[in-house]
Amino acid sequence: MFLAVLNLNHPAHFLNWGPLSISIPNLVIILVMVFLFILALMIPFPNHSQENKEGEK
Amino acid sequence: MSISWTAKVRKSTLEKLPPDQLLPDTQPKYVASWIYTFGVLTIAAFVMLVASGLILTIKGPNWWHVSHLGHFINSIHLWNVELFFAFMVIHLWGKFWMAAWRGKRFATWATGIFAFIGSIVTAFTGYLIQTNFDSQWIATQAKDSFNSTGIGAIINPLNTGQAILLHVAMLPLILGLIVVVHIILVRRKGVVTPISNDHQYMEGKF
Repeated sequence: MFLAVLNLNHPAHFLNWGPLSISIPNLVIILVMVFLFILALMIPFPNHSQENKEGEK
Repeated sequence: MSISWTAKVRKSTLEKLPPDQLLPDTQPKYVASWIYTFGVLTIAAFVMLVASGLILTIKGPNWWHVSHLGHFINSIHLWNVELFFAFMVIHLWGKFWMAAWRGKRFATWATGIFAFIGSIVTAFTGYLIQTNFDSQWIATQAKDSFNSTGIGAIINPLNTGQAILLHVAMLPLILGLIVVVHIILVRRKGVVTPISNDHQYMEGKF
């Protein structure tokens, strides 16, 4: 179903900016990684507040 | 009375790597952040790569091209490469921005760099042995670039047998060894403190 929506059976589209060139799939992966990196910094870790209160770890 | 070399090695190992430091059951408070999980996520992807790679090695290229289970295991191997590199690069970003080489941790940082470079070479040889049109195209392009640097005299990307041996027999072992040294160094030196807690670094004494 997902593959039917996203037809992958063709060469990737590319974005070109001067000498720079990047395929859409590679750009999507890099943006997802940046998004994950930001989430990892922003989302609080489970039980973090409890451990702070205990003051043991 | 002189002690035996085995006793010397045991004593020295226990001094350098005490078991409570090698396998700690507590961590500093600042480690409670998702950014610290990307190292172990990279290792998890590496374990999956080795496991799926072993199955692919035993069954061979005919299997992963023509059988449904072969396609599945091949896909597991491919998607774990994607996850492995994504997790490793996010781990690298995290460690770069926290200047994780502080506190005499240069060897930890350096082994991480070697692991990154080794992973790229291993992934490259993996692309060469897919035995499809993609690998043919990559091999011919790589052959030209290798020849232009002179290294083509030693490594020939068009030699599939050489690429298979490098990818299956040699590079994973080297990469695994670097990863083990990296982890031991992390355990030995401990996780780097946040920059805000590092008064010497904040005062420019590093």
